[in-house]
Amino acid sequence: MTMGAIQNQPSRLDPASAVYDFTLPAGEPWMHEVKRGQIFRIVDIEGNQAVDTLFFSARDPAERYSAQDTIRRQGNIYLTAGSALMSNEGKVMLRIVADTCGRHDTLGGACAAESNTVRYALDKKYMHNCRDNFLTALARWGHRYGMTKRDIPANINFFMNVPVTGSGGLTFEDGVSAPGKYVEMRAEMDVIALISNCPQLNNPCNAYNPTPVRLLIWNPE
Amino acid sequence: MMKNLRGSSTPVDPPVSDAIDAPADWRRFAPELDESKVVFSERVHGGGHWSGVLKRGTALRLVDVDGGVNVAALFYNQEEKLERYNMADTLKAQHTAHLTRGFVCYSDMGRVLCSVVADTVGWHDPIGGVSSNEDVAAKYGEHRFQEHRNDMYRSGREGLLIELGKWGLGARDLVANVNFFSKVVADETGALRFEPGNSTAGDYVDLRFEMNTLVALSTAPHPLDPGPQYAPGRLQLIAWRADPPGVDDYCRNFRPENRRGFHNTEILFR
Repeated sequence: MTMGAIQNQPSRLDPASAVYDFTLPAGEPWMHEVKRGQIFRIVDIEGNQAVDTLFFSARDPAERYSAQDTIRRQGNIYLTAGSALMSNEGKVMLRIVADTCGRHDTLGGACAAESNTVRYALDKKYMHNCRDNFLTALARWGHRYGMTKRDIPANINFFMNVPVTGSGGLTFEDGVSAPGKYVEMRAEMDVIALISNCPQLNNPCNAYNPTPVRLLIWNPE
Repeated sequence: MMKNLRGSSTPVDPPVSDAIDAPADWRRFAPELDESKVVFSERVHGGGHWSGVLKRGTALRLVDVDGGVNVAALFYNQEEKLERYNMADTLKAQHTAHLTRGFVCYSDMGRVLCSVVADTVGWHDPIGGVSSNEDVAAKYGEHRFQEHRNDMYRSGREGLLIELGKWGLGARDLVANVNFFSKVVADETGALRFEPGNSTAGDYVDLRFEMNTLVALSTAPHPLDPGPQYAPGRLQLIAWRADPPGVDDYCRNFRPENRRGFHNTEILFR
């Protein structure tokens, strides 16, 4: 398989047999454990929604998803079926086993009030953003694991298309996602998943319209 | 270890009366500098590690002494170390996947930790990351202190963790880093390629610090460097008191985003 080429790798799993099925509204945080062997699916219900996602080892949250380790190990900046999501300790946390979108971003990170002032305008600071969601999730649930802002590294943006050009530019392109597209991954260790369903209203990548996503978990077959 | 330094390749310590530690070194690599402005200079061993605080208004020259050096770097606000260099914000705010003159390193708080004010290299890698001990052992074999003394092999991650540990920081604080002097490009399918020969002996990059910044460095090889030998080059550091960025500053005006980033930074020091 050539990494990076847009491809379609559907799943055979039936949502009716999922042990967890939750629709996360736009702009909301979410934190949940996914056990080793379980399958975790994110569905882009209405299309081109950015799902800012982090993973932590449930045993020791200091071990966490690392964007740089992940892209270096696979020699490619995009995630798709076959990608292994690597930890900062060089271990495989999850593997993407199905993907009908075909490309997900590893470099764009999360929006924050402060970075919005830099990227758009100083008066955008009041707007809801992904880092506020991450910090809300840490305050509601992450304290059980001893997690704080220290534990927030660069995240995955599922369903976002952020190409790098040959001359070293970074561009935000129209999404390659569409209504109903999904990505599915198998946990290779017990992980804590942390999501901000992105509330960004300044970026055309989501057509200025944040939308809900569906989160499903299946037990191992 | 006491040894007769006469005839050794190790630089002889300067007299204690000298205002700076190794004037011969900085004069070689930064001859244009006014001696009264120099804060310090220091040579970092290949495969080594270094940390220090660079105050707002200080510039730091990183010089590739031998050619092909890689310098993994992390930056933290010295006063509040939870504020730190943010790869994603740096890249997306400036629409770039590489760093050179004009670009700045953003913290997660929308402020500029440091600006790239001069660069003879043209491309510094912000996405390749650092090697682990396992990476180094798999690629180069094991080279322990027991047999090899200070020519032991050390990974980039271990070097950075040692330096972070000196300031009460650890693995949770080790975020995505910059690799100065190295070039990694991505093609249209996203495939990464390390380009050897990006930097040669004498190349340098100048960083001007806009905040009081804790800097942690490792000179271990870039993790994507295909060279079969563990042969990291040396790094020369020279720090000096720089001119503050005026309204016409190149980095400030390099992108409209940077004007707002400098604004955010300057209100912290009013």
